[in-house]
Amino acid sequence: MNSEVKTRILIGKPGLDGHDRGGKIIARGLRDAGFEVIYTGLHQTPEQIVNAAIQEDVDGVGLSSLAGAHNHLFSHILKLLQAKGAGDIVVFAGGIIPDDDIPGLMGSGIRMIFHPGTKIEDVVNWVKINVKPRS
Amino acid sequence: MFEEDKMREVLRGKEEWEEKLNKTLARTPQIKERFSTVSDQEINSLYTPEDIRDLDFQGEVGFPGDYPFTRGVQPSMYRGRAWTMRMFSGFGSPADTNKRYHYLLSQGQTGLSVAFHMPTLMGYDSDSPLAMGEVGKCGVAIDTLRDMEILFDGIPLDRVTTSMTINPPAAILLAMYIAVAEKQGADKKKIGGTIQNDMLKEFIAQKTFMCPPKPSVRVIVDTIEYCTQEVPKWNTISISGYHIREAGSTAVQELAFTLADGIGYVQAAVERGLDVDSFAPRLSFFFNAHIDFFEEIAKYRAARRIWARTMKDRFKAKDSRSWLLRFHTQTAGCSLTAQQPYNNVVRTAFEALSAVLGGTQSLHTNSLDEVLALPSAESVTIALRTQQIIAEETGVVNAIDPLGGSYFVEALTNKMEQEAMAYINKIDEMGGIIAAIEKGYPQNEIAKAAYHYQQQIDREEKTVVGVNKYVMEENISVETLKIAPDLEEKQIAATKEVKKNRNNDNVRASLDKVRAACKGNENVMPHILDAVREYASLQEICDVFREVFGVYRDPGMF
Repeated sequence: MNSEVKTRILIGKPGLDGHDRGGKIIARGLRDAGFEVIYTGLHQTPEQIVNAAIQEDVDGVGLSSLAGAHNHLFSHILKLLQAKGAGDIVVFAGGIIPDDDIPGLMGSGIRMIFHPGTKIEDVVNWVKINVKPRS
Repeated sequence: MFEEDKMREVLRGKEEWEEKLNKTLARTPQIKERFSTVSDQEINSLYTPEDIRDLDFQGEVGFPGDYPFTRGVQPSMYRGRAWTMRMFSGFGSPADTNKRYHYLLSQGQTGLSVAFHMPTLMGYDSDSPLAMGEVGKCGVAIDTLRDMEILFDGIPLDRVTTSMTINPPAAILLAMYIAVAEKQGADKKKIGGTIQNDMLKEFIAQKTFMCPPKPSVRVIVDTIEYCTQEVPKWNTISISGYHIREAGSTAVQELAFTLADGIGYVQAAVERGLDVDSFAPRLSFFFNAHIDFFEEIAKYRAARRIWARTMKDRFKAKDSRSWLLRFHTQTAGCSLTAQQPYNNVVRTAFEALSAVLGGTQSLHTNSLDEVLALPSAESVTIALRTQQIIAEETGVVNAIDPLGGSYFVEALTNKMEQEAMAYINKIDEMGGIIAAIEKGYPQNEIAKAAYHYQQQIDREEKTVVGVNKYVMEENISVETLKIAPDLEEKQIAATKEVKKNRNNDNVRASLDKVRAACKGNENVMPHILDAVREYASLQEICDVFREVFGVYRDPGMF
């Protein structure tokens, strides 16, 4: 990835949830794998995450949620990205997401949901394959 | 501890054993090169009297209930009374949670522990736009005193003790609790319980923060000062390592940063002019029980010894109750796995056992499904039964501190004390814990440790059964608790109703007094109590805090 344009990833923590261990580990893992990583910090509204994604011109957004508000927050973020003409940004997610909620989230445009226990490497490989610099 | 000639015998014996060991290892090598704890602390293959040769029994181990309390805070420990079985619980509406509390009390639970939903934890009402999608999801929604009245309906507050996991708005929830107790006719001098009220670890680890560190600590000292005079049986703060560990720290970091936070609070209260012995007996602690059995036991023993020495020598406390480190324990949520979730029952049982062998005063055992969702009533019952089996079947409570004197446990206790003190000294050199937090020091140490541990799991240097070893194809089917989809709407409607029907002039006047107290030096607690009695909402009071003290933003380091 050295001579190419680096793929840019935003790791976002939407909502009031304070569990940032997983999101920060993934941010470090992606950075160590050569991605350009922006971490929003905690307690971001969907609007703040979408604005940051567009301003930072990222190629992918990883969302983390462990406090149960994922259905509302994730789908709101996807709608806002669409509305702002950034629907081509690849959105993936991780955290505590019950199985029953996954079909709905995938249907709303989340490309991948990682469960607790996923290896850093598996996330990195998925991002390498599925997120490319947007032209 | 040992006579010279006896020690020479031990050393000779050890040499002989080592020779035999080396021959054995030449034929069959160890299954791995290096053995270490879950915190990656290296452990020797054998411990002997040599490892504790300098141990001073009276000065460092001693007797339960005696300084430095390595062996426990009470002379009788669990022969006098078992630890308090306190299951953290809260979900949905106040009425839903009230029903769960009545159930838990009927099943032999001995104290309550309230889990609030995210908006309450962060100082927002259910009708705030920031609360959308979060109402009742990971705890109970409390917006006004009305919700608190429903939450404790039919529960006599002068007879149960209640722990409330609440931080930025701790003073407000305490005020609501006092107001409910008053309405029940209970004397506030008699009610007992705990508010977590530990903001320093929020900046370090749990990350439910509202105002910056300095004003946050000021409000905490207000609650300490108020309770010392008015609610003398209340534990004013639960200085917490639990979340530090859950964020990925090592056991030593959990120990060190928690006690450094404790030192920070004592320092702040002393600087306010409070006599250390007036408030120190009401400080309590909260630790994690992680999966590495002996490391955890050593951690609790070291914690008691460090705190006793700190209070006596550093803060010159004279009352022996000020030297006691009393603590609650929760088994490690982060050690549980979504994969093969029934294994979590076993993990939790071992973790709970370490807390008991380490001398905890109260215990929450996690339910097997907590990694998937909020626990169901059935899984909470198994978790509670786990404690009852430890207390009443296993016999581990028969002797006090049964591992005291173990060469290994005593050596590990000493080592953890030394390593924790090195951190505490470093934090002192940085200008204290608030300065260290402002520099991001503990936050970064924890993030490094968390990343290191995850890499060890990924490289399979550490085993997590069902995750990186003994993996099975499975369809995880555990019946989990679902929050009714219309709960948010109903809670918002109920709160709007309260806000409409109260005397809004009185509410405004009471909030003005809270504002004036925040701006000046007056203790905020009596004014908050007046405001909640008028049904001022949690957010309305927190908005005053935010207006006067400012808002803390996550620096977003990773």
